Amino acid sequence: MLNIRKEFGTFVANDNITLQLRKGEIHALLGENGAGKSTLMNVLFGLYQPEGGEIRVHGKKVNIENPNIANELGIGMVHQHFMLVEKFTVTENIILGLEPKSGITIDRATARKKVMEISEQYGLRIDPDAKIEDISVGMQQRVEILKTLYRGADILIFYEPTAVLTPQEIQELIQIMKRLIAEGKSIILITHKLKEIMQVADRCTVIRRGRYIGTVEVDETVNEDSLAEMMVGREVNFDAEYSKADPQQVVLDVQNLVVKDGRGLKVVEGLDLQIRAGEVLGIAGIDGNGQTELIEAISGLKKPESGKVLLNGKDVTGHTPRKMTEAGIGHIPQDRHKHGLVLDYSIRDNMVLQTYYKEPFSKRGLMNYKAVAEKAKALIEKFDVRTPSIDVPARALSGGNQQKAIIAREVDRSPDLLIAAQPTRGLDVGAIEFIHEQLIKEREKGRAVLLISFELDEILHVSDRIAVNYEGKIVGIRDPKETTEQELGFLMAGGKRGDETE
Amino acid sequence: MNFLEVLYIVVPVALAYATPLIIAALGGIFSERSGVVNIALEGIMVIGAATGIITTLTLTDLGVGASSPWIALLVAMVVGALFSLFLAVPAILWRADQTVLGVAINMLAIGLAIFVVRVLYNKGQTDFIEYRIAKENVPFLSDIPVLKMFFINVQYTSFVAIALAFVVWFVIFKTPFGLRLRSVGEHPMAADTMGINVTKMRFMGVMLSGAFGGLAGAVYAVTVTTNFSGTTIVGQGFLAIAAMIFGKWNPLGALGAGLFFGFAQALSIIGSNLPVINNVPQLLLLIAPYALTILALAGLVGRADAPKSVGIPYIKGKR
Amino acid sequence: MKKLSLNQLLIPFLSIILGLLVGAIVMLIGGYDPVQGFISLFEGMFGSPYAVGETLRAAAPLIFSGLAVAFAFRTGLFNIGVEGQVLIGWVAAVYVGINFDLPMFIHLPLALLAAMVAAAIWAFVPGFLKAKFYVHEVITSIMMNYIALYTTNAILRNVIGVTNERTESINDSASLASPWLQELTTYSRLHWGVLVAVLAAIVYYYILQRTTLGYELRAVGFNKHASQYAGMSVNRNIVLSFVISGMFAGLAGAMEGLGTFGSMTLSASFTGVGFDGIAVALLGANTAIGVILAAILFAGLNIGGLAMQLGANVPSELVKVIIAAIVIFVASGYAINYAIEKLKGNRKKRVEKK
Repeated sequence: MLNIRKEFGTFVANDNITLQLRKGEIHALLGENGAGKSTLMNVLFGLYQPEGGEIRVHGKKVNIENPNIANELGIGMVHQHFMLVEKFTVTENIILGLEPKSGITIDRATARKKVMEISEQYGLRIDPDAKIEDISVGMQQRVEILKTLYRGADILIFYEPTAVLTPQEIQELIQIMKRLIAEGKSIILITHKLKEIMQVADRCTVIRRGRYIGTVEVDETVNEDSLAEMMVGREVNFDAEYSKADPQQVVLDVQNLVVKDGRGLKVVEGLDLQIRAGEVLGIAGIDGNGQTELIEAISGLKKPESGKVLLNGKDVTGHTPRKMTEAGIGHIPQDRHKHGLVLDYSIRDNMVLQTYYKEPFSKRGLMNYKAVAEKAKALIEKFDVRTPSIDVPARALSGGNQQKAIIAREVDRSPDLLIAAQPTRGLDVGAIEFIHEQLIKEREKGRAVLLISFELDEILHVSDRIAVNYEGKIVGIRDPKETTEQELGFLMAGGKRGDETE
Repeated sequence: MNFLEVLYIVVPVALAYATPLIIAALGGIFSERSGVVNIALEGIMVIGAATGIITTLTLTDLGVGASSPWIALLVAMVVGALFSLFLAVPAILWRADQTVLGVAINMLAIGLAIFVVRVLYNKGQTDFIEYRIAKENVPFLSDIPVLKMFFINVQYTSFVAIALAFVVWFVIFKTPFGLRLRSVGEHPMAADTMGINVTKMRFMGVMLSGAFGGLAGAVYAVTVTTNFSGTTIVGQGFLAIAAMIFGKWNPLGALGAGLFFGFAQALSIIGSNLPVINNVPQLLLLIAPYALTILALAGLVGRADAPKSVGIPYIKGKR
Repeated sequence: MKKLSLNQLLIPFLSIILGLLVGAIVMLIGGYDPVQGFISLFEGMFGSPYAVGETLRAAAPLIFSGLAVAFAFRTGLFNIGVEGQVLIGWVAAVYVGINFDLPMFIHLPLALLAAMVAAAIWAFVPGFLKAKFYVHEVITSIMMNYIALYTTNAILRNVIGVTNERTESINDSASLASPWLQELTTYSRLHWGVLVAVLAAIVYYYILQRTTLGYELRAVGFNKHASQYAGMSVNRNIVLSFVISGMFAGLAGAMEGLGTFGSMTLSASFTGVGFDGIAVALLGANTAIGVILAAILFAGLNIGGLAMQLGANVPSELVKVIIAAIVIFVASGYAINYAIEKLKGNRKKRVEKK
């Protein structure tokens, strides 16, 4: 890919980016969220058309107008959000669009056989007849890989493939990638995780804010710090030291909690947890081990099956979200667009989303929008939310400013317990630092902070204590100063290294 | 009159009413399985009915004779498919709200159909057709005791509808086309990354639905009403949507639901002349299909799940 | 209040123009003279006091049904069941109008209230099913429409006792009819309902924009997940929204039952007031003033269509085609916006090149 340029309206997502992939190498593409990685790959995969530059495959200039052409050229993509039809079987998903036929019907026997052959050749264990909705995340990812191999892909693009995997599954994936290379495939690995790049990549191309920064050999001369510097454009201090915590009385006490998920499966199974005033408790765990449901139970969004939630010693089990809020819980939700903000409401109206019915915002059933505006103005000033005015819809703000607005709103109520679920997801480094500082500030004010994150770096960086969650239980509590990522990863996977069963 | 004799009267009428419902419901399945809500089925049936009658009248005038209603059915299919473009183009290309479009197209259909009738005949309704698709006794089969209820006083279009249900089932579940159609209705972006043209598949889904809807309207017109006016199609399209849902978006389910709803309609129309049934309030028979569909949706009569992405326009590159 | 952007106004206006253009083309194809047709149409809409009276008279129920649809839209719901709720409201109003004999200041409000309550109960069903069983409200309200159609006919026959086609007339004490308004408009059927409708539009604005309930309803409409996280009861809001929407719909029925006709007739098909309400809400961008203007336009087209048939011999059904076309164009707002942007962009580029 040479000098690729892609514009959306006036916004330049890719500006003159070059990426050269050699046969048989693993080439990492590194960049922050919003740096333009996904745009670049969608251009390569034919989902977008570039405004400038050219793509060559085996030295020949090609014009990739749609994914079909990409497939024909042997380019396959393993998507970050799996592109699988949940109600279809594994085999159906793999053959979709390129079905073996007998007469006018799909030849299911041949399809199944072909799928099994490829699966065995590359050591990708799957159940060809299972439906996608019934299989594990790890197997779904193998189905994604099989889809590209079934189409004869030589160049595989892995898009943030480890985000949803356990450390052990990640190791397994790395083995799969190495096996693919051994079989003559080439791989582009898109990630913002420096460690993985150091571990598997042969070379690494870095982009920043849509621009090409450089390509380096991954060898002894580079380390994580130098890559990070290239990615962010300045030196990054990963080890900002925060003041020491001074934990006081217990604020939140979760006892033997059991919560079911949307499908009726118990995903929180007898969980115990205590958080004290003046500490940040980080919960480490792989996505899907019940963290979401735990938060939903604490914040009142979901009724637990059994067990107790005590807030400041009072039993609040199964109360509604409103009662929980009134009892002193603040919540920075995982998905700020879906759960944190009403994007079509103005910033002004978003600032009173929990308190709109209280005086002075509401009197005798009528809104007092003047009081709301005053509150909103005060908050955006205090938390430095960058917005042209309080009347613009929340949708118009950048991700970092949206998150600042949410934090302003939640912190302003002075909650005894602040829940922060993946508070920095998708944000750039500057915003991340700001948000971490805010969490520490709350702690220093004597509040309890519950941090949930799938990024171990973040957990280690901000928490005073780390609770490891596995299959709906806390399987260990560690001091961040004394533990290692390896140990946490071991606990997060249930301590059953190497004998993963499905 | 004993029970069997009652059935000999009711079943043929039920089949006649069920036939257009089944065909239209099959059309609805094509559209919704591809991810496009088709409230416009009612309007498409109106257009089909008008086309069926106008074509039959015209062909008869030209001296074509008894085969004119059959040819009219084919013409109605083509016209229905073309008319469905009013849904397909805004819904698929312009991301217009599909339910709103459906309501508008139903309005458009009745307005356009009566307008054309007035232009052609200078009055609000057409004459009655001379050659209709007649009720017949199927040779040999109509002599079998008991079973003959399905073969006496029956129109061959009913058998066509039942056969179509099996054909559509085969197409949807056994062919590559069906797999692709369903993938587009469930997860269009996944389909897109597999090189399936979402736009093309949805166009085919909607236009097939138009063809079936047109056929259904024409069948109703040339078998039941035999002329066209503003009150020829009043609710059959919505009833077909109910049959589609009650049949869980499965062609064979739609067949069963269509037969059942046709039976309820037949009873509500001729029930007052029959023993036993004349004690059942007519209102109950009239509202039964609608009430049952609501109950089915609420999960009280088996869960009915719509295709996952039905009603959502597909926008490239948006997660 | 947020101000309407230019594009928001542009799309409805462009849609009306394009819709009329479609009408002209259809007239041409049908062999009619569009100029003559439109002259008769517009004369029939606004050309005389009588025409204005009839247009306003027909606008009253459309304002109500438009508000009903718009209210649900604003709270994220699609009430396609207004059609059925109108019938239920109508039959309830007529029932009270016939069977009670009370002083007017009690009787008329009571009849209006009956229409509101009956239709609200009818609208409660899809709201409840959505809140409780997550059933999509569009399908249930369509089904409820047909149940309403057959049920009202049964009530007319068996409860009110219609032997011919039509009920007896309601008592004067429940009537909205106004001899003064009729005289003013050279004996159109204009009645006080149009004033009630404008009042309702003000109430509509007030509920949504000024009350705490309105803040909550709109929040749920925009994003039910965030609203739930913020402590609002989404289910309660869904049901409430449907019930309020149903009240507006019921009053649309009352306009016909207590105003225009003063009675109710057995019918094999719908009135169209509810489906027109969808068109009204859409063209009016779900705002109070927009609904009033759109209702007057569509009511005028419906009324003017009859004049067009008499004056220019153009079938009145053409009006339906025009209304449908307008709705399709408004619904395709994305494409219109895109075309506008493209035109602007091209012009800009040309300017830049110079």
